[in-house]
Amino acid sequence: MNFYQQETLRWGLRHPSARGRSEMAIYLDHAATTPMLPDAIDAYVRALAVVGNPASVHSQGQNAKRMLEEAREQVAASLGCDPIEVVFTGGGTEAINLGIKGLFWARQPRNRILVPGGEHHATMDTVEWLERHEGAVVEWLPLDTAGRIDLAAVAQCIAVNPDDIALVTLLSANNEVGTLQPVAEVAALAAAHGIPVHVDAVAAYGHVPIDFHALSQAGVAALSVSAHKIGGPVGIGALALSRRATIEPLLHGGGQQRQVRSGTQDVAAAVAFAVAANAVHDLPAENARVSALRDRLVAGFRAAVPSAVVNGAADPQDRLPGTAHFSFPGCEGDSLLFLLDVAGISVSTGSACQAGVPEPSHVLRAMGRSEAEARGALRITLGRTNTEADVDALLAALPAAHARAAKAGLADRVPGR
Amino acid sequence: MSGGVDSAVAAARMVEAGHEVVGVHLALSRMPGTLRTGSRGCCTVEDSMDAQRAANIIGIPYYVWDFSERFKLDVVDDFIAEYAAGRTPNPCMRCNERIKFAALLEKALDLGFDAVATGHYATIVTDADGNRELHRASAWAKDQSYVLGVLTQDQLAHSMFPLGATPSKAEVRAEAAERGFSVANKPDSYDICFIPDGDTRGWLAERVPPATGDILDRDGNTLGRHEGAAAFTVGQRKGLQIGTPAADGKPRFVLEVRPISNTVVVGPKEALAIKEIAGTKFTWCGVAPAHPEIAFDCDVQIRAHADPVPAVARVVPIKAGSSAETSASHGTGATTELVIVPAEPLTGVAPGQTAVVYLGTRVLGQCTIDRTVSAVDTAADTAVHTAETSALDVPVAVDA
Repeated sequence: MNFYQQETLRWGLRHPSARGRSEMAIYLDHAATTPMLPDAIDAYVRALAVVGNPASVHSQGQNAKRMLEEAREQVAASLGCDPIEVVFTGGGTEAINLGIKGLFWARQPRNRILVPGGEHHATMDTVEWLERHEGAVVEWLPLDTAGRIDLAAVAQCIAVNPDDIALVTLLSANNEVGTLQPVAEVAALAAAHGIPVHVDAVAAYGHVPIDFHALSQAGVAALSVSAHKIGGPVGIGALALSRRATIEPLLHGGGQQRQVRSGTQDVAAAVAFAVAANAVHDLPAENARVSALRDRLVAGFRAAVPSAVVNGAADPQDRLPGTAHFSFPGCEGDSLLFLLDVAGISVSTGSACQAGVPEPSHVLRAMGRSEAEARGALRITLGRTNTEADVDALLAALPAAHARAAKAGLADRVPGR
Repeated sequence: MSGGVDSAVAAARMVEAGHEVVGVHLALSRMPGTLRTGSRGCCTVEDSMDAQRAANIIGIPYYVWDFSERFKLDVVDDFIAEYAAGRTPNPCMRCNERIKFAALLEKALDLGFDAVATGHYATIVTDADGNRELHRASAWAKDQSYVLGVLTQDQLAHSMFPLGATPSKAEVRAEAAERGFSVANKPDSYDICFIPDGDTRGWLAERVPPATGDILDRDGNTLGRHEGAAAFTVGQRKGLQIGTPAADGKPRFVLEVRPISNTVVVGPKEALAIKEIAGTKFTWCGVAPAHPEIAFDCDVQIRAHADPVPAVARVVPIKAGSSAETSASHGTGATTELVIVPAEPLTGVAPGQTAVVYLGTRVLGQCTIDRTVSAVDTAADTAVHTAETSALDVPVAVDA
C-alpha cells in the first residue's frame, strides 16, 4: 500500500464494496484535485511551524518574507514570468475573479466582455455577475464540435467595435474535455486593439508548458493557476499579472502584493506550492507517460463499448495528456460514476454540481451536443500516481458497469425528452 | 435519505440487519433552497447535507439522485392540474406512486440493488404463501400506511420499512441521539415540500389565477359573488358574504367548489355528509381480493390522519350514461369503479382525495375518489358530487 492509500485509510475511507477488506479505491479524477506531492506535504508541515509575518520588520518577519519570496520565484519560474508578476490568491477561483473583475473595472467605461461558451463556472458566473450588477455586456463566443474556439468569430466580434471591449477571457485548456485553445492567436487578435486578455490556465497548469513572458508579449494581461491541480495544497493559487497591466483589487487592506491582493500572505502554502511548481519541470517525461496511459484507456473504452463517443479534439496532441472524456448514449454519467465507485474506481462526470446533483455538461452543450449526450458524460483524468494497472482495473470494471447503466438508462428522465 | 431523522435511523437499522446499504438523497428541485426554513424537512441543500452527515456516521456511501424533472412533471404539475380540474390531490401519495417506489425503485433495481428501504412508518408482513402484505405501523399515531396505499404487489416485493415496528417517534429520536445523528431533534416536516413557505393556497393562486364567479344554492340559484372559487373549502361557513339569509334561517356551508364553472355551491350542514364514495382509478396493495365484485366489509380512511371507519366496498361495472361514466372516469376508458359505502356518513370528502381500504391492519387497496353521494337528497339537484367538485382542502402529509 502506498503513502496516499495509507493516509486515506487512516481517515476511514475504503471503497464501499470492500467492507472488512483493505482494498483501496483507484483514483482517476486528477482534474478535480491531484494528490499532494509527499515533498510538498513535508515542506508545508515544516513551514507551518515557522513563526513570522512576512510583512513584519524584525528578523523573524524577514525570515518569513525570504521563504515567501523564494517560493514566489519558483512559482514564477514554472509560469515563465517575473516573480513580481506572481500574485498569490486563495485559489484558482479567486485568481479568475481577480483577473476578470479587476481588468473589467480598470477598463471602465468599456463594458463588453468576450468569452467562449463552455468556460469553467468560475468564469461564467463571474461575467454573469458583472452583467447583472456592473453593466457588463457579455458576448459568448461559439465553440466547434471539438470544443475549440472559432478564431474567425473572435475576430468578427472584436471588429464590431474594438474600443468598447473591456477584456477577453478564455480557458487555455478545457477542464472537462481537455481541448487546448489557441490562446496566442486570440491574444494577438485582441492585442491589435490594445484589449487585455485573461487566461484561465487552471486545468492546463502542470500538463502543458506555460510561457507567460511570451503570452504577455502577445497581449495576455493575466493568467490564473491553482496549486492543488499540480500536487500543491488546496487554498492557494496565483494570478500571473503582467507588470504592464492595470487592475482593480477585489480585497482592500494592508496593501500586500502590489496593492493588488491585500491580506497576510500564506507562507507555508506558498512554500508547498513552490515544491509542486518545481515538479512541473519534469513535464515532458511525465506527459509522455500519462498520455500513453490515456491512449491505452481510450482504446480500451472503444473496444469495450463501441457506442461510446470520445469527446474533445480529435488529435490527442490537441488535448490535455491525462484527460479522457466520453459520452455514453442512453446512459446517465451519474449511474456510471456510481457503479464504478462501488467497484472501487473514482471518476467524474466532469460537470459542476449543485448539492451533489450533476448538471448536464454545459461544455458538451456549448459543443452542440444534445442534453441526453450531455448527461451521459464521463471524465477520466490520469495523473502522476496512476499506473497501467489502474487503467486495466477500470477497463475490467467498465463492461459490467456500462451494461447496468444502460439498463437503468435515463430512468430519471421523462421519456421522449 | 431526506435529511430527516426517520430515514437516517432506517438506514442505520438496515446496516445493522446485515444489508449492504447505500444512502440516496433525492434531488427534487433543480433550484434547491440553501437553508431549511419553516417546517420543511427536505429538499434544501442543508437537508442534503444533514442526510450526508447521517450517512457518514453510519459509515455508508451516499449519493444524490436527480429526479427533479420527473418530480416536476409527475408530482408538481399533476398537483396543479388536479387542483385546476377541481380535485384535491395528495402530492405525497403521487410522489410515492411515481417517484419513490417507481422511478427510484426501477433505477435502483437496474443498478443492481435488491430493494428500497425508507423511513415510513408501516409494516410489511409475508403471508403463508409468501405474498407480501402492507400493514399499519405498530404505533398508530405515526402510522403512514395511508400514503403507501398506492403500492402494488411488485413494489411491495422490493420495499422495506425498518421503522414499522417502532413503538413511537420518541423512540426513533432517542435512537438517533444515541447514534449521534445531528438530526435527532430536527422537527418533522408537515408541509408540501415544493411549496417553500407552506402557503399552499397562495402558491396555487399564482399558478391557477383566481377569477370572480357565482355562489349558488343546490337548486342553482345565484346567491352572491365570490373572488375565486379555489379559495373556498368544503365545510367552510365564514366569509361567504351572502346578503340574503337562508329560508330556514340556518347557517349555510360550502358544499362544493366547482373550479371549471368557477362556482361555489352552499347549503345546510346536513348536506355535507357523504354516504358513498367511488373511484375508477383503484389499485390493490399486495394480492387482490378473489371476488372484489362481491361486497365485502372493510374500513375506509380518506385522509392521512383521519380515523378509519367501517364500510362495505365492492367493484362494480360502470353503467353507460351514469354520472360515473360521464364525469368520473375522466377519459381513462375505465369500465369498473370501486364503490365504498361507509357505515356512517363521512364529512370532509372531496374528489381527488384518496380513499384507502383496510382489512383490519392490512392495506387492501386504494382509489382516487372521483365522485361522492350526499347523504341528504332532499334537494332538487342530483346530490352527486362529481369530479367537477372540489375542495381546496389540501391534505397535510407527513412523509419520511
